[in-house]
Amino acid sequence: MTHEHFDAIVVGAGPSGNAAAYTMAQRGLKVLQIERGEYAGSKNVQGAILYSDALEKIIPDFRDEAPLERHVIEQRIWMMDDAGHTGMHHRSDDYNEDRPNRYTIIRAQFDKWFNRCVREIGVTVLFETTVTSLITDENKRVIGVQTDRDGNGIFADVVVLAEGVNGLVGQRSGLRRELRPEDVALAVKEMHFLPQEVIDARFNLKGEEGVVIEAMGTITDGMVGTAFLYTNRESISVGVGCLVSEFAKSGEATPHGILDRFKNHPSIKALLEGSEIKEYAAHLIPEGGFRAVPELVGDGWIVVGDAGHFVNAVHREGSNLAMTTGRLAGEVVANILGSCMTCTRDNLQTYVRQLEDSFVMKDMKKYKNVPRMLEQGGRHIMDLYPRLLNRSAQTWFRVDGKDKKSKESDILRSARQARGLTGLLGDAFKLARAWR
Amino acid sequence: MQIFVCIKQVPDSGQIRVHPVTNTIMRQGVPTIINPYDLFGLEQALRLRDRFGGEVTVMTMGPPMAVDSLRKALTYGADRAVLLTDRVFAGSDTLATSYALSNLILKAGETWGAPDIVFCGKQTIDGDTAQVGPGIARRLGLSQLTYVSGIDDMDLTDRQILVRRRGDHGVQVLRSQLPVMVTMMEGSNEIRRGTQADALRAARAEVVKWNAATVGIPDVSLCGLRGSPTVVKKVFAPTAREEKAEMVATTDQSPVAMADALINQIFTRQPALQDDLLRQAAGH
Amino acid sequence: MSNQTSRPAGSGRANMKRELPEHFRSYKHVWVFIEFEHGRIHPVSLELLGEGRKLADKLEVELAAVIAGSGHDALEEVAGTTFSYGADLAYIIDNPVLADYRNEPYTRVMTALVEKYQPEIMLLGATVLGRDLAGAVATTLKTGLTADCTELAIDGERSLAATRPTFGGSLLCTIHTLNYRPQMATVRPRVMAMPVAQEGRSGRIVEFTVDLKEEDIITKVLDFLPDTANEAAQLAFADIVVAGGIGLRTSENVQLVRDLANALGGDWGGSRPLVQKGWIPAERQIGQTGKTIRPRLYIAAGISGAIQHRVGVEGADLIVAINTDPQAPIFDFAHVGITADAITLLPALTNAFRQRLSVNRLAG
Ligand SMILES: Cc1cc2nc3c(=O)[nH]c(=O)nc-3n(C[C@H](O)[C@H](O)[C@H](O)COP(=O)(O)OP(=O)(O)OC[C@H]3O[C@@H](n4cnc5c(N)ncnc54)[C@H](O)[C@@H]3O)c2cc1C
Ligand SMILES: Cc1cc2nc3c(=O)[nH]c(=O)nc-3n(C[C@H](O)[C@H](O)[C@H](O)COP(=O)(O)OP(=O)(O)OC[C@H]3O[C@@H](n4cnc5c(N)ncnc54)[C@H](O)[C@@H]3O)c2cc1C
Ligand SMILES: Nc1ncnc2c1ncn2[C@@H]1O[C@H](COP(=O)(O)O)[C@@H](O)[C@H]1O
Repeated sequence: MTHEHFDAIVVGAGPSGNAAAYTMAQRGLKVLQIERGEYAGSKNVQGAILYSDALEKIIPDFRDEAPLERHVIEQRIWMMDDAGHTGMHHRSDDYNEDRPNRYTIIRAQFDKWFNRCVREIGVTVLFETTVTSLITDENKRVIGVQTDRDGNGIFADVVVLAEGVNGLVGQRSGLRRELRPEDVALAVKEMHFLPQEVIDARFNLKGEEGVVIEAMGTITDGMVGTAFLYTNRESISVGVGCLVSEFAKSGEATPHGILDRFKNHPSIKALLEGSEIKEYAAHLIPEGGFRAVPELVGDGWIVVGDAGHFVNAVHREGSNLAMTTGRLAGEVVANILGSCMTCTRDNLQTYVRQLEDSFVMKDMKKYKNVPRMLEQGGRHIMDLYPRLLNRSAQTWFRVDGKDKKSKESDILRSARQARGLTGLLGDAFKLARAWR
Repeated sequence: MQIFVCIKQVPDSGQIRVHPVTNTIMRQGVPTIINPYDLFGLEQALRLRDRFGGEVTVMTMGPPMAVDSLRKALTYGADRAVLLTDRVFAGSDTLATSYALSNLILKAGETWGAPDIVFCGKQTIDGDTAQVGPGIARRLGLSQLTYVSGIDDMDLTDRQILVRRRGDHGVQVLRSQLPVMVTMMEGSNEIRRGTQADALRAARAEVVKWNAATVGIPDVSLCGLRGSPTVVKKVFAPTAREEKAEMVATTDQSPVAMADALINQIFTRQPALQDDLLRQAAGH
Repeated sequence: MSNQTSRPAGSGRANMKRELPEHFRSYKHVWVFIEFEHGRIHPVSLELLGEGRKLADKLEVELAAVIAGSGHDALEEVAGTTFSYGADLAYIIDNPVLADYRNEPYTRVMTALVEKYQPEIMLLGATVLGRDLAGAVATTLKTGLTADCTELAIDGERSLAATRPTFGGSLLCTIHTLNYRPQMATVRPRVMAMPVAQEGRSGRIVEFTVDLKEEDIITKVLDFLPDTANEAAQLAFADIVVAGGIGLRTSENVQLVRDLANALGGDWGGSRPLVQKGWIPAERQIGQTGKTIRPRLYIAAGISGAIQHRVGVEGADLIVAINTDPQAPIFDFAHVGITADAITLLPALTNAFRQRLSVNRLAG
């Protein structure tokens, strides 16, 4: 029997794998995609934000068909202490535009739809099939994959590793090192079902409008992490994520415990009242930033999406980077094979150069120091400052016969007491530098 | 040998939700699966094919998205898949469903050879009626063998089949004559994991799509809502009992205190039960 | 009803006016098919006689038992039993071919009998036999069949309103067979109460003969291997049942349920997810697709009370629910409830019951 041969094999059917497979098939390549889940999205955490731009570049009229929940017209950023929150709300009718910039989506549905587009454009997709290892030739060039189903290897000119954060295939084949606990966050998430009208009323929404809340503060028990809440059409996604290393350090905190705390926080509880919970899911997010990006190309292989650690934790962007890296990789591979060249490491370097020129690497570099800074000063940012902020706000807003000047100095004093002036200045300096 | 397997795509029951206000089923986003009972028939079909040769054709009547389930059945190793999809079938009850499916089977028989065995699931997890299999058997004049726990023997020359059938009080050993309609008991086997070749073939296979016209349905008025004698008149939430449950509450929240209070409540309500229990205990 | 559940209620044909075609207007009376196998009447048939009696009275028609088998004396004795359980008459079909249940001859007999005597309602048990037969007969008669009903009633237009759980959520639906006769329904064992037998009540016997020859029947019964006394089969008849659900959290905790059942001399079971997880065997599942129970006392620990579970236990005299969630739907139909952790409360209950019962032994 002749071996099965494809131009390209894509491992994984998340946003990055779908983007890569779609792009290559669109350019005439014979593509095989292998996904271990029962269907695309079956292993993915539900409920997320979709950034239109990255998808528009692949499927320009995606809005006609993609399962979108609500477009985001309001963003809230909260600093929480135990009793409340202080924050910023940004809302604008401008977001009720023809081609909105951000949507809430349910990943299981969205990935399934995206993958259907991939199949319709001619990609052969295997489900419930796990790639167990890469097949290499005597020169260590990757020439195919082995799966967990009975049968021979499947061969291809190039293997696109879109396998997500764990990167086990790459790791097992020695293409990358193991994940470090300080580079990944563990996120847990739940879907809370509520009738559409209730969500509209609670969040002051109409039609397809949606709200995003991002929060940090004492709910994470001082660990570095954030919490979020997104409104979907008939459900609310809530979740929290903390660095794996922080859980290890804490020893007793559990992701579920923190999520419970978030849900029971007075600022959140009322928003979820009466909802029916379905689907509890846990997933890793690569948050190590630029410094954690592994080798991206080699002879016969290329890495995209979470497997390449492309996540901007500060702005909570992931899927857009996944789709962009997938698309760029697909284009590069199609160009190489289209001009009858081989996918050597050198030829694939074009991909890396294109990333450098795009927002992908520029953003990754901009925030490259954030993870380290959080590792060092995390406790203050996650615990102390939210408390200070909320206490200050109370001091400021309470009318109690005290003159405003004393109030101001109260606020300053409590801040200084809590962290010390140098500490405060240091944190500010570090934060500023990390963001630069 | 030609074996046909009827499968149905059903919503995964664990993930169904009901709209708390309108009381309608929220189907959006609920994953679908192959009716689990149908897989026992499919696996049995594949085993017979592996042993006696021939082909396994999976078929379903359903919406276009049912193609996913058919493709999955191909991944398990079925040779061919057919989807019967048409607006006229919408709202079919079991009688109308068996009418559509038996015509589908006739057409498939003309195309690839008449079936020796038609497998159906014992029942579906959504309709849960166990009526469609018998309906098909009656319409096509197949011997009806439901609740089969094992196929002991088959002889293609004298066209005999020997099965064990689960009855209410024991197991019947039956001999019948092909063609037959069989529904397999749960637990009679376990669906295989298709090979890589099966998976590749399935991913690339063309699922045959037919509609009422291609199948040549003789009388469209027997299909769908029109052809269904049963009518769902209302769907409603069960009413709570007149008096809600009497909640037992104790100030002392220890299990011991709660247990005591609960038992008192039980015996207050059911003094006769208490007497009987005590008598029983004393009798020991 | 396989696809029917997708229909929105109250739309389309649901509001259709009933217009019974002329040739069905002569269909009258309520029938119950009596399962008589290996010398035993299945209890569900007697339960259905109780229910059929109510329907017949409401319609002011007769209730008939349909008894098929081989051996005239035995069948007459069965007829006698059905009279004492409410039947006005019994159709007896005696033929050696009917000795063991087989679909083909039974379907033929039932089809012919219906065509001759034209009942408006026909009820069968939702047993292996009943389901096998009902599906075939409904198809030969081209009429409607509603499976696994939990409630039967006659509406204002003399039509059978058959209620059953509908798929998925906690909902029920009521199904009618408007323009066809007979209206057929199956009901699971123990869903309807067992009527009290009235000794000495009598009725008419109508013999029905069909031309059945063994040579014409394709399927042969070679052997029958009776079940050995299956203790789980007793679950349906136990006086006290304790059951656990997902709230038990681990398979080990199933033991807590067993312990309490033991202390009370009762039987035990669980909700469907426990079967799916492999924590308990399938025969121990309680509910729509498991056993229906009618104990004097039912204790449900860590069970939410989904409709499919509810319909299996509603016949209990006293339902006691233990659940950590005060909003759990089970409290909507339990008689006594307690908001508590089943994992700690069950052992305490077991102990407390043991103590109370043993104190009495000392005293007695
Ligand atoms: C809780 C949470 C919330 C998030 N919210 C957002 C958000 O709001 N917006 C946003 O843009 N990003 C968000 N992200 C990040 C985003 O989900 C990821 O960046 C994105 O999914 C990465 O896509 P990917 O295709 O690289 O990987 P994945 O989506 O992880 O896909 C990888 C796929 O590969 C498959 N696979 C893995 N190994 C194998 C193998 N050996 N063989 C076959 N298949 C394999 C997996 O089953 C999986 O389907 C969030 C992440 C989490 C965890
Ligand atoms: C066609 C069909 C047929 C079905 N047939 C059946 C059937 O025959 N029988 C059946 O049971 N189900 C059946 N089901 C499934 C049914 O719909 C429910 O999913 C099932 O009954 C739920 O089981 P549960 O109550 O154990 O679990 P859950 O619904 O998960 O409920 C667990 C409960 O335990 C409580 N709890 C959690 N921890 C504790 C604790 N420590 N102490 C006390 N309480 C706790 C929770 O508050 C919750 O109420 C069927 C479903 C379908 C679609
Ligand atoms: N729409 C359908 N398409 C194919 N097979 C079906 C369909 N509906 C029911 N069946 C078959 O009939 C069996 C019994 O279904 P039910 O009578 O709905 O419980 C199922 O397990 C399937 O094998």
